[in-house]
Amino acid sequence: MEKFTVLEAIAAPILRINIDTDVIIPSREMKRVSKEGLSDGMFANWRYTEPGGREEQADFILNQEPYRQAKIILSGDNFGCGSSREHAVWALHEWGIRAIIAPGFGNIFYGNCIRNGILPVVLANDVVENIAAQVEANPANNLVNVNLSNCTVTAADGLAHAFEIGPGDREMLLEGLDAIAVTQRRDDEILAFQARDRLKRPWIYLEE
Amino acid sequence: MPSTIIEKLWNEHLVADLGDGTSLIYIDRVFLHERTGSVALKSLEAASRSVRNPEQTFCTMDHIVDTFPGRTDKTMMPSGTDFIVATRDASHAAGINLFDLGDRRQGIAHVISPEQGIALPGVTLVCPDSHTGTLGGLGALAWGIGSTEAEHALVTKTLVVKKPKTMRVTFTGSLKPGITAKDMILKLIGEHTASGGIGYAIEFAGEAVRNLEIEARLTLCNMTVEFGAWSGMVAPDQKTIDYVKGRPYAPTDDQWDKAVEYWRTLKTDDGARFDKEIVIDCDAIVPQVSWGTSPMHETGIDQSVPDPAAETDEGKRTAIEKALEYMALEPGTAMEGIPIDAAFIGSCTNSRISDLREVAAILKGRKVAEGVKAICVPGSGLVKQAAEAEGLDKVFTDAGFEWRESGCSMCFYAGGESFGFEERVVSSTNRNFENRQGPRTRTHLASPTTVAACAIKGHLTDVRNIDND
Repeated sequence: MEKFTVLEAIAAPILRINIDTDVIIPSREMKRVSKEGLSDGMFANWRYTEPGGREEQADFILNQEPYRQAKIILSGDNFGCGSSREHAVWALHEWGIRAIIAPGFGNIFYGNCIRNGILPVVLANDVVENIAAQVEANPANNLVNVNLSNCTVTAADGLAHAFEIGPGDREMLLEGLDAIAVTQRRDDEILAFQARDRLKRPWIYLEE
Repeated sequence: MPSTIIEKLWNEHLVADLGDGTSLIYIDRVFLHERTGSVALKSLEAASRSVRNPEQTFCTMDHIVDTFPGRTDKTMMPSGTDFIVATRDASHAAGINLFDLGDRRQGIAHVISPEQGIALPGVTLVCPDSHTGTLGGLGALAWGIGSTEAEHALVTKTLVVKKPKTMRVTFTGSLKPGITAKDMILKLIGEHTASGGIGYAIEFAGEAVRNLEIEARLTLCNMTVEFGAWSGMVAPDQKTIDYVKGRPYAPTDDQWDKAVEYWRTLKTDDGARFDKEIVIDCDAIVPQVSWGTSPMHETGIDQSVPDPAAETDEGKRTAIEKALEYMALEPGTAMEGIPIDAAFIGSCTNSRISDLREVAAILKGRKVAEGVKAICVPGSGLVKQAAEAEGLDKVFTDAGFEWRESGCSMCFYAGGESFGFEERVVSSTNRNFENRQGPRTRTHLASPTTVAACAIKGHLTDVRNIDND
């Protein structure tokens, strides 16, 4: 997985609460048995004029310059709620998004971001709105800096906002780790657990 | 120290405390489906990794399959067949248990996993589907995950999980006639918002919850994700044990006795502390219906469409304005009387035999209003078979409902089928998101009995008055 350390980029404010994964990628846009080829369908219902069409909706922010180059999304609370579809994260990543800043995230979506090299940053709503206002004043120049080394977000005013992230999640992103390989280092513990558990809860272990 | 049922199950499955607020948790059962399961299995194959304990791993076809009678691998969604075939091939290669098309046990993952005895009290069960929390209705610790996490669970039999905070939601009083588990959970989300449960595992408790039958408890837990919660559950009791007994994958003989003995310990100890407590008075719950584009946008059928001007929080106000624009509703309009174009009974929330029986009791001897398209999709092949054995299919079709094969269907425009552009649907499903049921389709969430009453009247209506006509 791609590592994440520091990102300084254009941020696109989409300040609505409860942006769900059906909005991020509608069901009909998940066309292939693959993690790829999904960015075209990202935000399809907001981005295009017709369902299934590809004519751009001019007033949607990601269809406008300089936001077409955005690598950061600023959003309202509960971003990525709803369906567990990891396609939402794959689509965002393929389109170019590397960090999302919001007051809160859907639980499954948050985990999906970590596992795909996107940094979900939790900041208070007024901070997100303040950053958005700075960006909107001059989106091409007022870049947003997201630093995972020291866990801060800094906008044009130079004020650093600290954010929290679990140490394991942080390491996963900083090092670009493969979560399965990390867990497999503890395989002895897992097998020992199974052996103990099989005696205690034999009904869990169905016949092979 | 007294502990909650959530802590007990957490500790029972603890392989290792990773020391940073997360733990390695043992996963008893993994359930897959053709939309994300196919991607996960293919990805494992590409990385030369294999499924540990395939005999404890299950897969169904529900998300993309058509629900038309006489269906095949073909779907309305052009590439749907690819997902179905890829899932079948990968499941066979991995040696996992597959409930394929043509198998009468096939159906919606969270309907068939209790039905088959795969979900049991006290198990950890994960599925790359957000409604996996449903199985908490049996006292399982179950939660939805992404596809990459599913790969992790398949290969290692574990997941790295941040320890959730605990919440108890106590439903006091008793449900009035016509009020269901669906109304309870909608009421909770309406009052405490779609993000009110973020970071929590929930125990649903109280007299009204104890009085719910198992299938109703599954409905209650189904929508914990719409509350933002990580998981939700009801402690197992005698009803749970009776429900599980004799199911194909449930324990038998001396293992059954051992399991029951263990299940009886799965309850919150007196004096155990939760991080948060919420109390809801069931005596005050009326039939709930949603008016907007988030499950928190809901109200009683006796209320009106809200006025965004009355909302002081700017974010919520904007959301209400956008929702009313999408739903084409004016503030102040009475909910009762809003005309509908379609009615849907189905989904992992409300498509079990008890739901179909309650709906049939309302439909019997009545007709769906002219111009209303009404569809029923039973949750599994076995639910459908049981309903047909009782003659319920005849009640549905006589009333004017279509009677379909099982699957997720129009809950999310699954196989590419929808009720149509800007059509207004009253639906027994769980999400009223923009475009969820198809492009520009307008969804009103409600209990199955409310859906039935609305279908008959041709507009949103109070199910409690249906017998007065």
